[in-house]
Amino acid sequence: MPKHSRRLLRGLGLVCALALGATACGGSDDDSGDKKVGSSDIQSALKKGGTVTVWAWEPTLKQVAADFEKKYPKVDIKLVNAGTNNDQYKALSNAISAKKGVPDVAQIEYYALGQYALTKQITDLKAYGAEKLASSYSPGPWNSVKSGDGVYGLPMDSGPMALFYNKKVFDKYKIAVPTTWDEYVEAARTLHKADPKAYITSDVGDAGLTTSLLWQAGSHPYKVDGTKVGIDFTDAGAKKYTDTWQQLIDEKLVSPVTGWTDDWYKGLGDGTIATLPTGAWMPANFASGVKGASGDWRVAPMPQWEKGANASSENGGSSLALPELGKNKELAYAFVEYANSGAGVQTRIKNGAFPATTKDLNSPSFQNTEFPYFGGQKANKIFAESAKSVPTDWKYLPYQVYANSIFNDTVGKAYVSSTKLTAGLKSWQDASVKYGTEQGFTVEK
Amino acid sequence: MTTTTGSVRNTAPPKSPAPRLRSPRAARPGRPRRSVLLTVLTGVVLVYSLLPLVWLLISATKSQQGLARSFGLWFDRDFDLWHNIGTTFTYQDGVFGRWLLNTLLYVVVGAGGATFLAVLGGYALAKFAFPGKRAVFAVVIGAVAVPGTALAVPTFLMFSKMGLTDTPWAVIIPSLISPFGLYLMWVFATEAIPTELMEAARIDGASELRTFFQVALPLLAPGTVTVLLFTMVATWNNYFLPLIMLKDPDWYPLTLGLDSWNKQAQTAGGEAIPHLVLTGSLLTIVPLIAAFLLLQKYWQSGLSAGSVKE
Amino acid sequence: MTTLQPPVAVRRRRSWTGWGFIGPFVLVFALVFLAPLAYSVYLSLFRTQLIGGTTFVGLDNYQQALQDSQFWEGVARVGLFLLIQVPIMLGIALLVALAIDSGRLYGKDFFRITVFLPYAVPAVVATLMWGFMYGTRYGLVGDLDDALGTKLPDPLSADLVLASIGNIVTWEFVGYNMLIFFAALRVVPHSLYEAAEIDGAGQWRVITAIKLPAIRGALVIATIFSVIGSFQLFNEPAILQKLAPNAITTDYTPNFYTYSLSFAGQQQNYSATVAIVMGVITMIVAYVVQLRGMRKGA
Repeated sequence: MPKHSRRLLRGLGLVCALALGATACGGSDDDSGDKKVGSSDIQSALKKGGTVTVWAWEPTLKQVAADFEKKYPKVDIKLVNAGTNNDQYKALSNAISAKKGVPDVAQIEYYALGQYALTKQITDLKAYGAEKLASSYSPGPWNSVKSGDGVYGLPMDSGPMALFYNKKVFDKYKIAVPTTWDEYVEAARTLHKADPKAYITSDVGDAGLTTSLLWQAGSHPYKVDGTKVGIDFTDAGAKKYTDTWQQLIDEKLVSPVTGWTDDWYKGLGDGTIATLPTGAWMPANFASGVKGASGDWRVAPMPQWEKGANASSENGGSSLALPELGKNKELAYAFVEYANSGAGVQTRIKNGAFPATTKDLNSPSFQNTEFPYFGGQKANKIFAESAKSVPTDWKYLPYQVYANSIFNDTVGKAYVSSTKLTAGLKSWQDASVKYGTEQGFTVEK
Repeated sequence: MTTTTGSVRNTAPPKSPAPRLRSPRAARPGRPRRSVLLTVLTGVVLVYSLLPLVWLLISATKSQQGLARSFGLWFDRDFDLWHNIGTTFTYQDGVFGRWLLNTLLYVVVGAGGATFLAVLGGYALAKFAFPGKRAVFAVVIGAVAVPGTALAVPTFLMFSKMGLTDTPWAVIIPSLISPFGLYLMWVFATEAIPTELMEAARIDGASELRTFFQVALPLLAPGTVTVLLFTMVATWNNYFLPLIMLKDPDWYPLTLGLDSWNKQAQTAGGEAIPHLVLTGSLLTIVPLIAAFLLLQKYWQSGLSAGSVKE
Repeated sequence: MTTLQPPVAVRRRRSWTGWGFIGPFVLVFALVFLAPLAYSVYLSLFRTQLIGGTTFVGLDNYQQALQDSQFWEGVARVGLFLLIQVPIMLGIALLVALAIDSGRLYGKDFFRITVFLPYAVPAVVATLMWGFMYGTRYGLVGDLDDALGTKLPDPLSADLVLASIGNIVTWEFVGYNMLIFFAALRVVPHSLYEAAEIDGAGQWRVITAIKLPAIRGALVIATIFSVIGSFQLFNEPAILQKLAPNAITTDYTPNFYTYSLSFAGQQQNYSATVAIVMGVITMIVAYVVQLRGMRKGA
C-alpha cells in the first residue's frame, strides 16, 4: 500500500507538472486554503486511479463505494467501519496525533464537525469547488458543514424532524395527533391515564433531542465566533422548552426507558412508547428494529411551540469530510461528491437513507414514495417540508462532542431527582464553560 | 472488573514454600456423609451462576420477534437456534467466521506466547539468583496497578509509530504479558522442580537450555496448562485494547465484532440484530467453556499444586 | 510472610543465567507496560488545549487531580464498592469452596465446574446479559413484577446501580475465587484433620482452627486481586451506562473518569495524571492489605 500511494503521488506530481496552472495540485498541501483544484485535475486523478480509505459507519455507503469503483476501475475505495460516532472520532483523533493511518475520508456528524474545522484537522473544501454546491443542499445541513467562511464537508444525510406516532394507540384512545407542544402534553396526560403502562414518548435525557428542540423553539444557546464562545440556556426559546418538558417530567408522563436499548425497541413495538419526535432517518430503523409494529406507525409534522407556526429543526445527520493529513485528496473529494451530491445519493436513498440534497427532496418520485411500514403513507412529503422549515441560524459548540458526553451527568439529574430542568441546564452550561475555558476558548457566561 | 489488559494479578510469593506436591486427598479414610441440606444451600449459588447462562441459551433460540414477545426464561413458540447460528455465520458475508478465526489466532499466538514467556520467567525467578531479580517482580506488580484504560492511548501512539496498529500484532504483543501467569509459574516451578534433578542434569553436562527443555518443562506441565487457560480467557475476552488498536473489522476479535453488531442498533440506518448478537455471544463462550471442561484435570492440579498456599 | 521476598534460589551464587530466561518477558513487558507508563508520566507534565496547543505545566495536573472532586467522589465510590462487594464475593466463594471441600455435597464436581463457568464469559457479554435481566419492563425483574404483582425497585436506578454492578462482578468472579480457595484447601495436610478428629473437634472448629489459617495466603491473594479489580472498575459501568445514563455518570469510577477525559474530552494529559494517581493509591492499598493480612495471627 505505501508503495502504491507513493507511486500515485509521483503520478499526481506528473499531472501537476502537466497542468497549466502551477497551483493546480495544491490540494495535498497543508496550507491549501486559497488554491483551487479544478474539475479537470479531479478527472485526471480519477483516470490515474489510486486508493481512498473511507472511515464511515453509514451502511448505505457500501453500495456507493462498489458503484464508484465500477465507474472508475482504477480507483479502490477502502471502506472501513472504524466504530460508530464517538469511537470513530477518538480513532480519528488518535490517528491524527500519531500522524499515521489517517483516513482520506471520514464520516463526521454535524454536531462534531466544528471541532475538527476549528483546529484545521479537516480540509476546507472550497478549494475543490464545494461552494458551488451550496444551493443544492437544504439549509440546515449546509449551514452545519460551514464554519467561518470555510466548507468542511459535504452533507451526506440529514434529519429534519418529524413526529412519529403509533396510530393504533392514538386511535384506540381517540387521541388527536398533537400539533402544538401544549397539545402534546395534553395527549400525554390522556394516554397515560387511559393506560398507565403507556407513555407519550420515552426520554431519560438526550443531548441530541434537547438541542434539536431548543433549535426548533428558536433558542440560540450557543454563540460561536472563532474561538469566542457564548453559552446561555435562558433565552425565550429555551424557556418554552423547559416549561413544557418540565411538565412531562414532573407528571411522569415520559417513559424512563433509555433510547436505543432493547427495551426501547420493544416499547416502540408494543405501544407503550406512543410517539417519537426525531429525524427523518428513523424509518430505516423502524423497519429493521421494530418489525412487529409494521403498519401501526405514521408520521406527522413536528408539534409547534406556537400555534400556527411552522418551525422545525434537524436531528442527527452527518457529513463526509477530508482529514487534512489524508492522502489522495482529489480522489477523496471525487468520491465524496459522488456519494453526497452525485449518483450516490440515489443509491443511498434506495437503501433507506434520507438525503440532504434539495433536488432529491423535492423530486416527485421521492415525495411520492409510499412507505408500507407507515401504512402506505407518503412520509417523505412531511420530511421534505420539515427540511425547508429549519431555522438556519443554529450553532453547535466547537466542542459539542464533549458537551454532549456530559449531558446526562448534568441535565440527566432533572430526570431522576428533584432537580429542575432549568437547574440541570445551568449545570450543563457551567460544565461546558469550564471545559471551554480550560481548552483555551474565550467564553462569555 | 477490568481484566482487559490481561489478568491483573498481584501478590507476594511465599518465602519458603515447602516443596510438597501432594496428591489430592483421595485416599481419605472415613468418607464424610453427604448432606442434602448443604447441597441445597450450595445449590443456590449454583443456580445464581447458571441462570444468566440459561437465559442466554434460551434467548439464542429465539427469532428477533420471538425475543420481543416471549418470557425471558422460557422458549418462544418458534425454535430458531439453528437458523440463528446459520445467519450468524453468513451475516455480512460471513464476517463472524473471520472474527472467530482472528480470535483463535490471537489466542494461539497471544495466550501461547504469554504462557511460554511466563514459564521461562517463572523458572528463572524460581531457580536462579540473578542481579535485579527483586526489582523485576516489584516493577511488574507496580505497573499492573495503573489502570489499563489510561495506558491505552499512549500505547496506541507508540504502536502507531512502529506501524503496528491495525495489524494482528497490535493485539498479540500486549497479550504476551501475564503478570499473574508469571507469579503462578514462579511458585509452581519452585515446588515442582527438585533442585537435585537440575544439578544432576548439569553434572551430566547438559546446557541450561537443555536442562530447561528436558528436565524442567515436563515437570511444569500442569502449571503450564493452568497458565495457558488463564491467558486464554484473558485473550479471548480482550476487548478494550483491540477497540483502540484495530480499525479494520477484518481483524476484529469476537468481542469487538459482537460489540459492533450490538452498536448497529444504536445508529441511524443501522440494522438492529439482537438475535444475532445473542447467538454470537453464546457461540463466543462455548469454545472457552469446552476448553475448560476438557482440560480441567490438568489445570486443577496445576492450581492446587502451585498457586496459592503459603 | 512478608512482601516481595523471592523464594530461596537454588544457586546462591548470583549469575546472569537467569536473565536469559526472564529476559524475553522483561523485554515485552518493558514495551507494553513500562514504555506507555513512562510516556504517561511524560504526558502528565503537559497540557494540550484545543486553542493554544501544548505547554509544559510541571506538576499542575497533579495539583488539579488532588483537588478534583469528580475524581475523589469516584475514589470514594469504588472504596465503598470495595468494602461491601469484596467481602460478599469472597465470603460466598469461601463458603462454596468449604462446602465442596467438605465432601458432603452430592455431585461436587458438577458444583465446582458450574460455579466456575461465569469466569469464561467476557465482561461485555456478562454485562449485556445482566443488563437485560435488570429490565423492569421486559427483563426478568419486569417478568417477576408481572407474575407476583409486586413492584420491585429498579436495579438500574441511581440508588441501586452500584449494588447491581456489584452483583455482576460477584457473578463473574465468585467461581474464580472459589477455585483459588478450593485449590488451597485441597493441599492442607490431611494429618491435621485426623488430629482434630481425634481431639473430637467439630466441623466448625476444624474450619476455623485449621482450614482458614491454612489458606490464609490464598485469602490474602484473592483480596489483593479484588482490591485492584475494584479500583479499576470500568467495563461493567461503561456498558451499563448505555442503559442507565443518568445513574452512571462519566466520572462514576476513577477508571471510567480517565476514559471519559481521554476519549470524550481529548484531555489526554490530565487523564494520564489521574491514572497515575489512581495507580499509586491502588498500590498503597494493595500493599496495606498484604501487610495486614499476612501479619494477622501470624
